[in-house]
Amino acid sequence: MKEFNLDQEEIRGLNQHLHDMPSTDPNGSVTVTNPAGKHALAVGIDTPAEVTIEGHVGYYCAGMNQQATVHINGNAGPGLAENMMSGKVIVSGNASQYCGATAHGGLLVIRGDASSRCGISMKGVDIVVGGNVGHMSAFMAQTGRLVVCGDAGAALGDSIYEARLYVRGSVANLGADCIEKEMGEEHLQEVTELLEAAGMTDCKASDFRRYGSARQLYHFNIDNAY
Amino acid sequence: MSSNRNDDWLRDSHTFSKPVIAEIQRAAREGIYDIRGFGAKRHIPTFDDLVFLGASMSRYPLEGYRETCDTSVTLGTRFAKKPIELKIPVTIAGMSFGALSAQAKEALGRGASEVGTSTTTGDGGMTPEERGHSDMLVYQLLPSRYGMNPDDLRKADAIEIVVGQGAKPGGGGMLLGQKISARVAKMRHLPEGIDQRSACRHPDWTGPDDLEIKIQELREITDWEKPIYIKVGASRVYFDTMLAVKAGADVVVVDGMQGGTAATQEVFIENVGIPTLPAVRMAVAALKEAGMHRKVQLIVSGGIRTGADVAKALALGADAVSIGSAAMIAMGDNSPELDDEYRKIGSASGYYDDWHAGRDPSGISTQDPELAKNLDPRIAGRRLANYLRVLTLEAQTIARACGKSHVHNLEPEDMVALTVEAAAMSGLPLAGTDWVPGRNGY
Repeated sequence: MKEFNLDQEEIRGLNQHLHDMPSTDPNGSVTVTNPAGKHALAVGIDTPAEVTIEGHVGYYCAGMNQQATVHINGNAGPGLAENMMSGKVIVSGNASQYCGATAHGGLLVIRGDASSRCGISMKGVDIVVGGNVGHMSAFMAQTGRLVVCGDAGAALGDSIYEARLYVRGSVANLGADCIEKEMGEEHLQEVTELLEAAGMTDCKASDFRRYGSARQLYHFNIDNAY
Repeated sequence: MSSNRNDDWLRDSHTFSKPVIAEIQRAAREGIYDIRGFGAKRHIPTFDDLVFLGASMSRYPLEGYRETCDTSVTLGTRFAKKPIELKIPVTIAGMSFGALSAQAKEALGRGASEVGTSTTTGDGGMTPEERGHSDMLVYQLLPSRYGMNPDDLRKADAIEIVVGQGAKPGGGGMLLGQKISARVAKMRHLPEGIDQRSACRHPDWTGPDDLEIKIQELREITDWEKPIYIKVGASRVYFDTMLAVKAGADVVVVDGMQGGTAATQEVFIENVGIPTLPAVRMAVAALKEAGMHRKVQLIVSGGIRTGADVAKALALGADAVSIGSAAMIAMGDNSPELDDEYRKIGSASGYYDDWHAGRDPSGISTQDPELAKNLDPRIAGRRLANYLRVLTLEAQTIARACGKSHVHNLEPEDMVALTVEAAAMSGLPLAGTDWVPGRNGY
């Protein structure tokens, strides 16, 4: 196992090491200490490595991740796991704005709260948040699933496309074209699987409500323009 | 039948001209603003309002066929490990697969590569056809992030962060449902056939301080190899250029209001943003103020049509120009040979601007497979290469006449303005005077 102490080593060395790891090696692991809120840690990885960051991270940690599992034992700054393609990113604390933005795949787990615009323009990622999410979460969300074990802030799912949203607590209000939908068996199953994958088995799928697109904005209509 | 009507007494209103009346009637009938492609069509000060002085008693020219006039450009020298080396100072602007057919994107790659310059992706990501036929490909990072992925990021030769576009600074995009084919929909992760909205703001940064960190992330992902461009629509150009430099750009791209679009509201195209002419001067002033002129390269786009436009942009201080609409026309858009086809869809060659509608008989701005077959990428690529060569030869001709052994040696001192407006906007003296409006208290 390789260790990077960012008190003494540069971010560039960490990321280059991660990029140089073979893309098919399942045994790679890296531990990062003293991240001290630094930005762009563990970005652009394309290997099934296990990366553990001991402390708080700044912007864009695990950005564009492919294959790797990144554990952050602390809080994460804005843009966590932005545009992630695959793999897993797990934060023990809270995440700042736009975590999981535009992410195409993989699983993002926030054990604490996620701030505003969580899952903005998500394109296939699964996001599970143990606490609450801020306003404008899942804005223009295209595909993928967002599970919120706490409450959701204002304008949830504004201008949403085909992403599926599940919230256990209250929703301050829904954004344009986002409506509550029936919770069927397949949805209960889906939430159960996502909670299990995120290790949040103390929540029951039956406590969640489902939200998605009314599909009224899919074709321009002058009566929707105001 | 007798009539009191005498057309000699009919008087057009300047305020309510026939086109204005027709637009009011159309708006009242349809209840939707006019969406179209192309750039601004209104009269605005342009590079036409500048002329070169040429060699004279105090300057001597270079021989056209014997003496070298270099046209090479290197982009991305500030931070990138692998800057881009262009043979000509004309690049192809970002145009998406979706807005354009796969054949058109391939033709752009073929034409640009033949003459040693770059082409650029657009909203919707990178296609294999485009990557395969472009020796140098700039990959755009747009607010929608449609088609954005790290594999393509690593395949790109440069990355262009699009903050704005000259046709619509402050606006997002709209690709109407008729162009959202199965392939386009899949690349963008959207349902097929719906009107696709592109956001106007990036989803994961707000303002120049965030952008600086975003650039750091992109550099880390790509191991600091790729040049990073920032593209802005011309509005507050001085400050935008300053902030782009501060954010860490290798290259700043400034797109004037004449810059084309695949689909934007007419009211936006004609009324938002400033012309390319003042935009160049403002960008150069900012780069000089920051001590970064020629260190951070400047690409200018929006209404570039001729080698004279290229030479004038470079003389004002740009490092290269970029073309979009002109490249489409060179490939066959608005061709007179297709006039009958254009008339069948309510337009005519030379007027067609419904690039959003997907019915382009030239096979360029369409996703209809039958229409797209009308464009042979080899022929269209060759036409584009021809046109790029002409632009370059024309720019060289002017540069040699001004005694310059490199097109970058052209300078503001080589030009004067023909109108007071152009003099004020370009910072050049009005021809026959030493008067620059706004300078020295006048």
